[in-house]
Amino acid sequence: MEFSSEALALAKRIIARYPEGKQKSALLPLLHLAQSEFGGWLSTETMDYVASLLSIKPVEVYEVATFYTMFNLKPVGNCLIEVCRTGPCWLRGADDIVEHFEKKLGISEGETTADGMFTLKTVECLGSCGTAPMLQCGAEFYENLTNEKVDELIVKLKAAGKKSSYMKDQRVMN
Amino acid sequence: MGRQLLLEHINVPGIDTFSVYRGKGGYSSVEKALKTMTPDAVTEEVKKSGLRGRGGAGFPAGMKWSFLDRKSNKPRYLVCNADESEPGTFKDRYLMEKIPHILIEGMITSSFALGANTSYIYVRGEYMYIIRILEKAIQEAYANGFLGKNILGTDYSLDLYVHPGGGAYICGEETALLESLEGKRGNPRLKPPFPAVAGLYASPTVVNNVETIAAVCSIVNMGGDEYAKIGIGKSTGTKLISASGHINKPGVYEIELGLPVEEFIYSDQYCGGIWKGRKLKAVVAGGSSVPILPADLILKTVKGESRVMTYESLADGGFVSGTMLGSGGFIVYDETACIVRNLWTFTRFYHHESCGQCSPCREGTGWMEKVLHRIEHGHGHMSDIDLLVDVAKKIEGNTICPLGDAAAWPVASAIRHFRDEFEYHINNPEKVKNPKHFELEPVLV
Repeated sequence: MEFSSEALALAKRIIARYPEGKQKSALLPLLHLAQSEFGGWLSTETMDYVASLLSIKPVEVYEVATFYTMFNLKPVGNCLIEVCRTGPCWLRGADDIVEHFEKKLGISEGETTADGMFTLKTVECLGSCGTAPMLQCGAEFYENLTNEKVDELIVKLKAAGKKSSYMKDQRVMN
Repeated sequence: MGRQLLLEHINVPGIDTFSVYRGKGGYSSVEKALKTMTPDAVTEEVKKSGLRGRGGAGFPAGMKWSFLDRKSNKPRYLVCNADESEPGTFKDRYLMEKIPHILIEGMITSSFALGANTSYIYVRGEYMYIIRILEKAIQEAYANGFLGKNILGTDYSLDLYVHPGGGAYICGEETALLESLEGKRGNPRLKPPFPAVAGLYASPTVVNNVETIAAVCSIVNMGGDEYAKIGIGKSTGTKLISASGHINKPGVYEIELGLPVEEFIYSDQYCGGIWKGRKLKAVVAGGSSVPILPADLILKTVKGESRVMTYESLADGGFVSGTMLGSGGFIVYDETACIVRNLWTFTRFYHHESCGQCSPCREGTGWMEKVLHRIEHGHGHMSDIDLLVDVAKKIEGNTICPLGDAAAWPVASAIRHFRDEFEYHINNPEKVKNPKHFELEPVLV
């Protein structure tokens, strides 16, 4: 397992942002990068590879990857739909949006469609309370949601097929 | 509309680019500070301004800066806290998305004042597209000589980087943020030592919120004394308020501190009143952590004085009848909102976000979530209400960081002001089994 030469160059640029000897600081950005490069989730093998890049022990990566919500420790669908469910979003109808997704995709919250296209998840506050209800898919925020907007989004994501992979989108640094 | 120091140019097309921002007078605080002021003089202006931390705690920013250990020979760091995660708060995202250069400018001027040559902006990982906007703005600032070596031909140099978080509310707590920036789990540190002495890499560090750093631009430009003339008493300057919930015009508003709460809720310049012609039931004025207040207490104090948007006025009456300005996350509830269900979502949030380091918080948030779940779903017992109060009391003040308090306060205040509503749930289990119970049949208690 190895990054592409392009991703590796990026990883080196990220590591250089931190003082010498403090390369462990690059762990979160590198985990994001690894997740986007290696299929949208972090396998043990992926985490071990990141540890080797930073010259730290694998356990230092495991303990961090398991702490932060954004790192998927199991495979997820091509499009990870994350609907915010905290107070302000609930006030504006987040529960209805989740229910609509469940009906449309034929899965329950937390599940992945059989074709591996969608994973539906509810998440805590994404900082978009003034445009609630909302969801995140890849780097995009979809706001002021209605059932109609959800239908349009599903069609759009399906049409884009595998190319719409949120994973590449998830590369936070350039 | 009061004075707009942060959002004045927000609707100017292209204001997210360096050239347009610069054309509107942007980066003048960097020129003024680096060419005509000493670092201590900049700090002095921030002290005089009375600026208080805009992340939620409201600690005087100038005083925080003055605590920075300037005698040690270690490098000093400025870290911007852009881990905005407090439910109800989205002002920093708005500012960074629309006018990213104001944050970059504030970072340069503030880093100069603190003697930092490397600074970081820690952005919550979910704000991926914001990170891209900031990185582009930083590249533009480098290309135009405002970052890098010998800025504007002076002997001051600064490197500025964006650092993504991984999705953890706790990293908004400054020592957890520093742990996270060092590549570790976001477990808050025991204090002392404070970051001003031993922060990032055990070096002297200041951690400030996005809005605090952005405000430094106007303070340097207009002078601390002028800035302090805006507002009332110890609540100086302008504040960004994130307005959400059952209002006609949700969004981010810049207010002069001292604006009457009633005007903020009902004026068309701000929230535009309660949606669907309904009545105001309650407000959470400063993000999910602060005590919820019923309509009568948010509009007036128990002494009958009109409440205004200042740190002091909102806190009038203590936690018995008052609340806090906090982060300015202003959540409005109409008559159909179920206070119990709202509280359950908040408690679920805190349970999810507890770092697990202190047992009262790790266990207590989970217990509160479970008890609230059963009350909200029609399985509660009358003794559950006092049980919740008891658990909240045992969390409060017994944890390393304020997340425990933040989880306890909403529970204590909701029961204090809306006890009848909890009792209604327990007495009417069949009715509340419909998740929309109050939307179908508003119960004003």
